[in-house]
Order: sequence, then structure tokens, then C-alpha cells
Amino acid sequence: MGATDTAVETPRKRRLRAAGWCAGLAVLLCLTVVWAASVGPVTLSTATVARVVLDALPGVEFRTTQTAEAVLMAVRLPRVALAAVVGVGLAAAGTVMQGFFRNPMADPSVVGVSSGAAVGAVAVIVSSASVPFGLGRQLAAFAGALLAGFFVYLLATENGRTPVATLLLAGVAVQTFLGAVVSLLIVQADDQGLREATYWLMGNLHGATWEKVVVALPAVVVGTIVLFAFARDLNVLLLGEADAGSLGVPVERTKRVLLAVSSLLTGAAVAVAGVIGFVGLVVPHAMRLLVGPDHRVLLPASALAGGSFLVAADTAARTFVGGLPVGVVTAFVGVPFFLFLLRRREVSGL
Amino acid sequence: MISVSGLTVERGSERVLDGVAFGAEAGELLGVVGPNGAGKTTLIRAMNGTLDYEGTVKIGGDALADLSTRETGRRVATVPQETALSFDFTVREVVAMGRHPHTSRFGTHDPDPVDRALERTDTMRFADRAASAVSGGERKRVLIARALAQDAPVTLVDEPTGGLDVNHAVRALELAADLAAEGRCVVAAIHDLPLAARYCDRLVLLADGGIVAEGTPESVLTATNLSRAFDANAAVARDPVTDTPLVTALPEATASRGGSVHVLGGGGRAVPYLHPLVAAGFDVSVGPVPEGDRDAEAARALGCAVETVPPFDPPSSEQVADALAATDVAVLAPVRESVAHSLDPTPSRLPPRTVVVGDAWPFPPDVSADAPPERVVEAAGDTTGVRRPAED
Repeated sequence: MGATDTAVETPRKRRLRAAGWCAGLAVLLCLTVVWAASVGPVTLSTATVARVVLDALPGVEFRTTQTAEAVLMAVRLPRVALAAVVGVGLAAAGTVMQGFFRNPMADPSVVGVSSGAAVGAVAVIVSSASVPFGLGRQLAAFAGALLAGFFVYLLATENGRTPVATLLLAGVAVQTFLGAVVSLLIVQADDQGLREATYWLMGNLHGATWEKVVVALPAVVVGTIVLFAFARDLNVLLLGEADAGSLGVPVERTKRVLLAVSSLLTGAAVAVAGVIGFVGLVVPHAMRLLVGPDHRVLLPASALAGGSFLVAADTAARTFVGGLPVGVVTAFVGVPFFLFLLRRREVSGL
Repeated sequence: MISVSGLTVERGSERVLDGVAFGAEAGELLGVVGPNGAGKTTLIRAMNGTLDYEGTVKIGGDALADLSTRETGRRVATVPQETALSFDFTVREVVAMGRHPHTSRFGTHDPDPVDRALERTDTMRFADRAASAVSGGERKRVLIARALAQDAPVTLVDEPTGGLDVNHAVRALELAADLAAEGRCVVAAIHDLPLAARYCDRLVLLADGGIVAEGTPESVLTATNLSRAFDANAAVARDPVTDTPLVTALPEATASRGGSVHVLGGGGRAVPYLHPLVAAGFDVSVGPVPEGDRDAEAARALGCAVETVPPFDPPSSEQVADALAATDVAVLAPVRESVAHSLDPTPSRLPPRTVVVGDAWPFPPDVSADAPPERVVEAAGDTTGVRRPAED
């Protein structure tokens, strides 16, 4: 009995395990942020970074140097913070999408949200429209994301029911169509617009500001918490919709909430950082291998790991000679890792 | 506990259920039987609220349509035929999902009902294995455990025996019967008619989206009802071990030969020839045989005329003569020698055509006792060789 007793996961043990993983991954995220902020053309010690960060907190004072504070507060920290926020949002949305679609290839872009954002952003870039508060591109991207997501949902809904397979197909179709719209816009662009649009489409955190962090942070935090509240419903949904319904999950309503909130999260992330692929795909898969399929553990773990992953990837991107779009780095790291997973049992086990 | 009235379900332009009405009480195991495509699964899914329907389904006095999904989940537990398991949840996690309707959003479930459900369904042994990795029969028991964990006054079971071996099929139904005995209302769609007859208190026979018959297993499983519902030739006998209705589906009558055939037998020796003769379209009669003899049971199940004598009281030669008087063909089944002599069919009493099977009779055999029954049918229908055996 001793052996089975330790293997048995009681609700209490699951909570402890969830708390353990979250605490560990939160510490990892903090360490990654501090390390990332210390890396750059001006090398700063991690201790200096820690002092500046703590000094910035209200009510706490530390002795810092002017240069260090200027470099960190104005340049590096907004970018690192934005990477963390975007990473959390994309990974949380990706985890939910894979569960929701019961499809290992699903990621936040499948319902057309990313393409919608791309159309919005590229339209603003190409038309060089006036930019209120310096955030016009972000607002257009966010609006485009939500419009596309809503449109796909309407397309796939009939008599109040939204079959997941129809949703996936509608998403792919709309995504392809919007991809063509983006190409059309780019063809019309001048050299400057072309360069900017391409850069945006590759996904990058260049030009991160605190304003962008402030725009994305509330959406990501609130969205992730709402998704977490539905973690158990999502587990039950994995048994199939008929089963979930008989187990007391209001299926259509739950699907609507999950879809709307993950679209919102993705929209917020894409709006400030462009289309960054593979975070929403690779991070949830890797975490599922580590912590198992229970979304009550998986979702917070993926979100925190996604933050760390994107901060690390962006640090690699900006320290590379000439600087790379972070989307290139996530793809370079993400694709081989994903293929590695593909050869292991994780993906075939779905 | 459950009352269904005017239940109509349409899928596309097809009416899967059309005005179905019945009820089930607490403490009752109600079996829903019927052919494939009769709407059994649809009925189950309408009753747990996962399907749109017209009409009324009431659970404990409240209309299902007025209950929240969560409240329905507390009142009605369902064992589905199959489940889509994605990702590697353990058996225990899947069973714990049965507690979902009882658990608040951020609350944790009570582990006791889950453990009890695992114990009761004998799934505790592999509780920590991935649910997607257990065999089909084990998965069925996991689904039963999940419904037990759901702990609802109404339990709906879609094919409790589907994919289970005989041992586990019987245990699944024992469990269903136990749940009913505990005071729950259990409704089970069962395709295995003899098992349904053995375990259910009442049966509802469903065909073409409507109820053909409803009542005790004995009153529902009759040859007439079964031929209406299944559009097939079925024989209903009683199981020699459990004494519950035993249904055997037979091939449709392939030909209509016409003419009457009387089989002289006893001790079950006539049984192998009866249904082939019936299927060939003969008007078959049997007897005289002792009451309770297997020949008599089989003949009744097939709807043949039977003449019986009290047990241990051998038929008189007059009774045999009367039985043979009106028939076109006599088939002398390969009985034991003592029986053959006590039946006394003398050549003068035999009809114009007689088929002698086996060597027990005082006539040379036409067909050997171990030949397939089809040879007897062939011989009985052989109009060219009209013959009456002469005593050697």
C-alpha cells in the first residue's frame, strides 16, 4: 500500500504540486528577467539590476547609479517586461486552444486572431495614418484581432452551437484570406512601410515602452486569471462535449468564454509585439510533458514558463549582431524542439 | 423519478424519436431495448440534457429544460458508450471529473466518493494509469466509476455491456441492479436481450423512434413484439439456468415449401431439425413429448404446435397415431432406442412420406444421425421419393 499511497494524487497533493510548480517557475521568471536586464551593450551586474528594480518599487529605496537607472528604466526593463507579459499571454492562450480544439497543432493564431491583428497593424503602417498617443498601430492590431476572432466565431456558429471542427476550418480559411489581404497591403507600401510591416510581421519587441506594457498587462493578467478559473471545465471538456455536458459543464457557454478570453489575450500580445510564433505551441507542449495534462496545474505553469521563454528568446534576439526579430529566435529554437517532441510520444499520445 | 412525454428528436429531416412517453421510478432498473438505430442512445442523450428535443423530460418533478447544466449533472449521471480521451489523464483523474457538478469553481472535490467508485468498479488497481492506455473493457468500467462518483439519483447507462466480456458484462449489470436496489432510478440502453431480461425490472422496447411495448421482460419479449421491432424471426424460450426469457434470432424463412411436417422426438433430439424445417417454410408440429421436455420448449419458442403428455407417462400408441394422422411428412428424430420403441409408429400409421433419422427406429435410416439437419429438410421436401418405410 505504501507505494500506491505516494502515487495517489489527492486534491491536497495536487494543490501542493500546483503551488510548487508555480512558485518554482515564478522564481525562474524573476531570475530570467534580472539576468536579461543585465545583458546588453552596457554590462550591468545582476546586483545592480536588482537594486534598480527594488528602488523603483514604491516605499523601497536603494542606492543606484544614474547611468544604470537610465539604461534599465528607459530601455531594457520595458522591453524585458513586455517580453514577459507577451510570453505569458501567448502561452496561456496556446494551452487553452490546444485543450479547446483537442488538437496538438492548435495555437492562438488558429482562430484567425493573429491574422486579424496583422491586417490592422499593417494597414496603419502602410497608410502611415496619424498615430494618436503613439499607440495607433497597437490599437488597430488589437481591434483587428478581436474583429477577426468574432467573425470566425459567427461563421462557425449555427443554432447556438459552435462545432470545434467547423471553428478550426473557418479559422484556417479566414487566416488564409487575411494573409492575402496583408500581402496586398504590403505590395502597395513604399520602401519604409514595407520594411516596417515586414519587421512587425516577424514579431519583435524592438521599441518597447512602458505604455505598451501598461496596455498589454491588464488584459493578460485578467485574461489568464479568467482562463484559470475555467481550468477544471477545460479538463472535463477534453472528455468530449456530450460527456462534458452530462457532467454539468454548460458546453457552449464555456466554449464562448474560453474562445473570447484567449482571443483577447492573443490580441493584446500580438498588438504590442507583432506575430510571434511558436511560443503558444511549444511552451504548453513542453509543460504538459513536465506537469501532466491537468489544466489547474498546466495553465499557470505554462503561462509562467512562456514568460521566461520569451524573455530569454528576446535577450538572445537583441544581443545578436545587428539584432533579430524575436519571432526568428522563437522559431529557430521552437521548431527543432517541436520536431523533437513530435518524435517522442507526447504528440502521438493525443 | 423520471417521466418523459411527447419526446421528439429530429436530426436533419429524420425523426429519430417520435412522441416517446414513459416513466421510471426510484429503485427501478428500466431497460431500453431495440434494434440498432431505434434511438436508444438518442433517448439517453435527451434525458441527460445534451441534446435538443421537443416534449418534456422531468427529473424528480422538475422539467429538465428549467434546470441548469450543473444541477442536471447533480441529478443525472451518465455512462456513455465511449469517451473521447485526449491527453494523458489518469483513470483517477477521469473518475474525479464525476465530482465536477458537486464542486465549486475553485474548490477541491471530496476524494471519498472517487475512492469508493474506484473500489466498487474494480478499477482501483489501475487508478494511476493513463485512461487512454487501458483496454476498452477497462475503460467502460472507468466510465461506470465516473458515473458512480457523480452520485446522482438518476443514472443513465448507454450499453453497460458493450465491449465487455461475459464476466464483466454480468458484473456491470449486477452493479446497475445494485444501484437500483439502493433506491436510485437506473435507465439502461441494452442491446443484449437475454441479459436485459435477466436484470431489468421493466423493459421499454423501442423501434423506429417509437415504443413498441413496455412492461415486464416476459410481456415485452414475445415473438410478436420482437418480429415487429427487429423485423426478424425470433424465438423466445426460457433460459434453463436463470429461468428468464431467452431470445434467439433466427434467419428469416428462406422458402415457403408448404405442407406439414410432424417430428417424432423426445429428450431434445428433435431440436436440431425444428428451426431448419420452420425456416424452410414447413408447417411443423411436434409430439407427443413429455411436458417440460426440451423438444416441447423449442417447439413453443418457434411457434410450432406441440402435443404433450405428463412427465414420466409414456405416450400411448393411439396418441402417436393421432399425431401422425393429419401430417404430410413424418420426421423420426434420432431418439434413443427405448424411446423409439415406446412411440410405436407402425408402417400403417405413418404418412405417405417419412424420413427416418438414425438407426434407433425399426426401419432402415434415410439420413444418418450425425448428418447435418439440412439433409433432413432436403429429404422432407423431396416430393419425388415418396416413400413409407416397410418393416424388415
